[in-house]
Amino acid sequence: MKATTADQNTNVWEGGATKPLGASYGKMMMWFFILSDALTFAGFLAAYGLTRFKFIDVWPIADEVFTHFPGIHGNYPMYYVALMTFILIFSSVTMVLAVDAGHQMKRKKVILYMFLTIIGGLVFVGSQAWEWKNFIKGEYGAVQLKDGKIIQFVNQEGKQIALADFAEKNNPISEHTRYNGLWNEKGETTSEYTTEGILESFKHNPEVGIRLEKINPETKQKIVILNKAEALKYLEQSARVVEGANLEVNEYGSSQFADFFFFITGFHGFHVTSGIILNIIIFANVLLGTYEKRGHYEMVEKVGLYWHFVDLVWVFVFTFFYLV
Amino acid sequence: MGQHESNTKLIWQVFGFLSIVTIVEVILGIIKPHGLHFTNFLGTSLLNWIFIILTLVKAAGIMWYFMHMNHERKNFVNSIILPLIILIPYLVTLLLIEGHYIHEVMGSYINWKY
Repeated sequence: MKATTADQNTNVWEGGATKPLGASYGKMMMWFFILSDALTFAGFLAAYGLTRFKFIDVWPIADEVFTHFPGIHGNYPMYYVALMTFILIFSSVTMVLAVDAGHQMKRKKVILYMFLTIIGGLVFVGSQAWEWKNFIKGEYGAVQLKDGKIIQFVNQEGKQIALADFAEKNNPISEHTRYNGLWNEKGETTSEYTTEGILESFKHNPEVGIRLEKINPETKQKIVILNKAEALKYLEQSARVVEGANLEVNEYGSSQFADFFFFITGFHGFHVTSGIILNIIIFANVLLGTYEKRGHYEMVEKVGLYWHFVDLVWVFVFTFFYLV
Repeated sequence: MGQHESNTKLIWQVFGFLSIVTIVEVILGIIKPHGLHFTNFLGTSLLNWIFIILTLVKAAGIMWYFMHMNHERKNFVNSIILPLIILIPYLVTLLLIEGHYIHEVMGSYINWKY
């Protein structure tokens, strides 16, 4: 066996003299990092799949959860998240254009495209934050039964209605803030509704029915109960009012749905954020002419790989949270 | 690095392709064609299979053209792709079977009548 000669060690960071995989050390390690990160995300999404199969007959229907679009009122499922997907794919395109310009040593073009990529990333993270805000705030409100089931309210056509549409706000304690209540104590926000109040309003309003978490396999829709006597049997088990979503409970249904949503989109958002920071560092280096002096723009390519990976993960998150 | 020719045209073509695939997915997701939605093939509806296949096509497009897998050496491509296409379907298959089993066992204990 021939020993490695000393002079080969000098260029080991470029992959050594032989370059068995034909790629530089940095690029190869970025790919292997991406491989491990892809397996991590696959693990999360597979766990989501397991939980979803476990609760297959009660899982929230994504079309009914994510219905907002900025500037317009009403039900617009999918449109906003489709827009977010476009923003991220587009920032991937500007990134690959920056890499392409880097190969040809066109510094000005690299600057332009890197800048657009950073903007695209920021817009995406902002959109994600808006999506979270709507999800956390909730739209309709619901009631949780003693055994944890979520009951939503519908009108006679079976369309979901908000608590505000029929129930009276009768909770005397609305919010315990720093300035209102015990001095310098901040408590949890309590609902303006009470379960007793909702029950009373429900009895007196003939228009209102309830909707269970359970999905009817024939129609693939949630089961609606318009019969008052039958619905009251459920509502008499009410334990608390639920508005919006958090890690413990959410008005859309299974608490695991919100847990996975927060965790997986949050972890992805964290990746996008670190990607933006890396892009800004590289952008600064391009502005300073670091890569011009170095003679190649391979750093742009390496960070570009990471950025495309973030886009790649979003493609899967989009499919498994919003489409399937 | 040497001199490279510009691939700008190809990049925009790939972008157009990815956009079309996304638009098709969104349209199918909104209208949910009855004939595809209310079917069952290998555990889920045909519509879901279409979504999954289109997603894999998009992923392949991004890896191949945007991440320049088409310029890498074959050994290198395999060392990245093979672990993914072996390990992920393996894990997903086991976990989904397990999830389905837990549902069957647990489901009968959940009361929906009050």
